[in-house]
Amino acid sequence: MTSSDEGTAPVYAADPPAGRLAVPLDALVAVYHRRSGTTHLLASPSPELLDALADGPADAATLRARLAARYDLEGDGSAMIDARMEELMLAGLAWRA
Amino acid sequence: MRQAHALRVGAVGFRIGSAWRAPVAAVRTLYEGYPTPADDIPDLTVRLYPERPWRRWLRPSVAIGGDYWLPDAAPLPLAQGLLAAEMGMNLQVALGWRRHLLLHCSAVERDGRVLLMSGASGSGKSTLATLLALSGWRFLGDEFAFVALSDGAIHPFPRAASLKNEAVAAVRAAGGVVGPVLEETPKGTIGYWRPPADAIARMAEPAPPRLLLFPRFGEAARVEAMAPSEAFVRLTQASTNYVALGEAGFSALSRLVQSVPALSIGYPDSGAGLALVERLWGEA
Amino acid sequence: MSRAARLLVAALRDPASVAGLGADDWTALLTAARAERLIGTLAVRFDPRAVPPAVARILADAAEGAAQERRAALWEAEMARRALVGLGVPVVLLKGTAFVAAGLDAGRGWAIGDLDILVPRDALPAVERALIVAGWEWVKADAYDDAYYRRWMHELPPLIHRTRDRMIDVHHTILPPTARPTPDAAALIADALPLGAAAGGGLSMLSPADMVVHAAAHLFADGDMAGGLRNLWDIDRLLREFGDADAFWETLAARAALHDLASPVRRAVRLSADLYGTAVPPGWSGRPSGDALYRRRLLARDGWGRQRYPFTRLGFYVRSHWLRMPPAMLARHLWTKARRGKQ
Repeated sequence: MTSSDEGTAPVYAADPPAGRLAVPLDALVAVYHRRSGTTHLLASPSPELLDALADGPADAATLRARLAARYDLEGDGSAMIDARMEELMLAGLAWRA
Repeated sequence: MRQAHALRVGAVGFRIGSAWRAPVAAVRTLYEGYPTPADDIPDLTVRLYPERPWRRWLRPSVAIGGDYWLPDAAPLPLAQGLLAAEMGMNLQVALGWRRHLLLHCSAVERDGRVLLMSGASGSGKSTLATLLALSGWRFLGDEFAFVALSDGAIHPFPRAASLKNEAVAAVRAAGGVVGPVLEETPKGTIGYWRPPADAIARMAEPAPPRLLLFPRFGEAARVEAMAPSEAFVRLTQASTNYVALGEAGFSALSRLVQSVPALSIGYPDSGAGLALVERLWGEA
Repeated sequence: MSRAARLLVAALRDPASVAGLGADDWTALLTAARAERLIGTLAVRFDPRAVPPAVARILADAAEGAAQERRAALWEAEMARRALVGLGVPVVLLKGTAFVAAGLDAGRGWAIGDLDILVPRDALPAVERALIVAGWEWVKADAYDDAYYRRWMHELPPLIHRTRDRMIDVHHTILPPTARPTPDAAALIADALPLGAAAGGGLSMLSPADMVVHAAAHLFADGDMAGGLRNLWDIDRLLREFGDADAFWETLAARAALHDLASPVRRAVRLSADLYGTAVPPGWSGRPSGDALYRRRLLARDGWGRQRYPFTRLGFYVRSHWLRMPPAMLARHLWTKARRGKQ
């Protein structure tokens, strides 16, 4: 898996999984973020993306590779991953490494 | 303060102090027979005081304060002093209580399990809880459900139910004794219904939840299942202390919506509502 | 002087003083402690086994509440850090958030409300823009208040975060530019100490002596001394924590003089020693008659949580405005406020 074209792909980081409490309710997962005390309802693949950051900061392409090791993925999805990570950063659950 | 009364409702010890005699006398009568706070040390203090010193005599106006305070709690005329005391108790619990997750729900119990009804003012949750209590259910409360943080059981908070407008007549028609009734309050007509002796005697006795309803009064009869995630979001909005409790609140609420089915229901009138609730309870 | 306030001060000073208190005294003490925002501090100082069960439950709630507040305060600081880190300007945490972030004893049980930060004055526009991009927005829409804040106050108009509902106060100094004392804001920032990696990097706190000077300025010059027992408690804890360091008291005297706040700092130290028993060097203690009014004001909270002595309170209100604004400006401000009140 190569890094994206421009060489300036954003690298994301998140608190380790122990920093969150995740309870799958139905199609949505309720996530309690311990550091902020905030609650979030996340749809797949956002919870999986956060967990994939447990192996260290990563850009979208690396995250895709980490997800592919655990799930069957279709298509490239890097743009979608960037969009989801942007939402997670706004929520305070992830940040630019 | 010149006048004071202390009482316990469920887990909460209150102290109500007032610059006037009348509101405290009304509280004392409405809550006659309720126990005193544990160790005689109340958990929460309510203060009813004149906005300005001279307002104690001239056109008395009752401001509501206490341990916790909201800037926009408007004062009430002295004739509505009991409402001020009730609002003060609600306000202190809503802002200050942390031993349970508080849900803005009414709660009644039968066969050792609890029915929770969540809804805004006008949804009929108070009226339904009162009518169910008049037909054999145990009344746990019409305003707040206290969810134990340890095991999710629902603890009673059997304050007097406050019935608004047409609900006064509906409860009287069902044989309930409503009084006192306050007219022309900011919330319209309010009548207080004192819980039965059994509800007061068993106020320290919790029970696990079994069914969660989101009723809507005045609609055609309907029943719709609600996804746990939607129930979760609606209950975070119906809780006054969810954020303050942090992880304990999250755990209690996620356990509740996972362990109990949630239904959204509509009902055209009290009679239909009662019948629908009894039917759903039987099916749950 | 109220019995509840005296019980509260005694309980803070010596937790063993509560032995044998009756139910009414406990109720008065706890109510006054809540009103003075000191109940979280009481909670972390008491052994729950040494108090009646009802008191232990109330204090456990307060300790839990303080822990949640602490977490929320640190998170707000972290959110501000993430929003401002790219600007490359110094960001100094003030008051409770700084105490908590630095792990100071004064931060234990703190009831932190807003986030207060200090930045260089010429960085204000960039800081304000960065905060707004990160989701903060103005609280006051009123043009007069906005202009008033920008011209005469020591901070930006307060900003509130639109999703987290928490306020941030961005200061460029610790007293309004119009106040008689004129603290040296550049020196405050130049001598600030980095908060270390635990706070994420990029945040700092005032030097120990400046922290005491700021706490004293806050005690006397901000507001009407409401909540003064809490602010004085912070001063006591800071002095106990820093007082043994080399040349601390000499530095404190020098910094107080530098910031034009020698007299408030000396009075704060005297009151702290007097009420809370802080150990201070010779020459810093004493009980001049002028302190009596402040003592009375600090101990005005009664067992129902009310401020007694409303007359003194009014005197302090006018006085505190006087400290912050020259007379002509005060008149203009009160007149504008009064006119707006009539609309």
